[in-house]
Amino acid sequence: MQHEHAEAIREATRKYIYVFLALLVGTIITVLASYIPFGVRSVNIAVALFIATVKASLVAGYFMHLISEKKMIYGVLAATAFFFVGLMGLIIWSDADHVSTIFR
Amino acid sequence: MDIPYTIEARPDTGLFNAKVGIWLFLASEVMLFGALFSSYVMLRVGSVEWPHGLLNVPIGTLNTVVLITSSITVVLAWASLKLKDFSKFKLYQGCTVLLALTFVVIKSFEYHDKFTHYYVRVAEGKEVKEMTGHLEGSPLNWTLANLNNPAHPITEVAFHPDPPKAHAGEAAHAEHPAAIKLQTAQIQKLESFGPWHSTYLAIYFTLTGLHALHVIGGALVIGFLWGPGSKLWRTQPERLTNRVEVSGLFWHFVDLVWIFLFPVLYLL
Repeated sequence: MQHEHAEAIREATRKYIYVFLALLVGTIITVLASYIPFGVRSVNIAVALFIATVKASLVAGYFMHLISEKKMIYGVLAATAFFFVGLMGLIIWSDADHVSTIFR
Repeated sequence: MDIPYTIEARPDTGLFNAKVGIWLFLASEVMLFGALFSSYVMLRVGSVEWPHGLLNVPIGTLNTVVLITSSITVVLAWASLKLKDFSKFKLYQGCTVLLALTFVVIKSFEYHDKFTHYYVRVAEGKEVKEMTGHLEGSPLNWTLANLNNPAHPITEVAFHPDPPKAHAGEAAHAEHPAAIKLQTAQIQKLESFGPWHSTYLAIYFTLTGLHALHVIGGALVIGFLWGPGSKLWRTQPERLTNRVEVSGLFWHFVDLVWIFLFPVLYLL
């Protein structure tokens, strides 16, 4: 039992190294992609945020062990995600809803 | 009185209490940084122009690598405790503290660079000239009041303008223009690139400043667990392992925030 536990930790450690290397590669790709002239800056923004999201998922999933966590943690995160999306949604909503477009 | 469930899992949650606590704290942190990120979005979409190239990308990239490396060392420190290898824990935990300090030192150099970089507006006859660059001697955060100080008035100052920015398809201008002498009487405005200089710099200093405070706070906790806090290993090894896990979760969150801050502030 003790041996199996140690082996599982060693296996996890190998995964941490792979994730670390992936994060380094992701950082290099982010910097290089920012210099590519896509024509529209919003494409550069979308690409950078996509890579950042992938990197953040790796950190949260493996380093923070979210791929195998207890239900309660997922519940806390679901509530956080709900309010975070709401917060960002309100910003986008308010930006698209100018008073000047109503009182023309 | 003993704090319950510091080692063993609570039956209803299946977790030790500190882990529930840190995740609830991180949830509040997501909302804190979320509010600032949404402020950034509001300011950026509402601005007529947004500056690019004000920050040093290689330095920012280096700091990203430093923080990512500290994220692996902190998780390896926890894994070492799980494998009952205390000496390796000390090594990885010590490396994490050093990397955290490296991050803060690099950040402070970046901040110093901003407070010694100036915008100046000069009247030349009827013309008004705007320039950016550095003052001779790189004084920190000077304004016109420093030049007009009644005790030590400065009538003339040497200014090193920034090289002109390269346009698309052009090679970058490597050579710096020669220093010019500016008469204090001609200077209408002198301002360092501090948070007061522009909306971009205001949000840059707010976001990175708050993040740096998190780095310092996290480094203090990780440093404590590396030093005096590690004595717990002799009496309650499981409890120390749990503490290291909880501090590590906070540290990964700090890394996670930087993963978004770096492209948003340095590259886009």
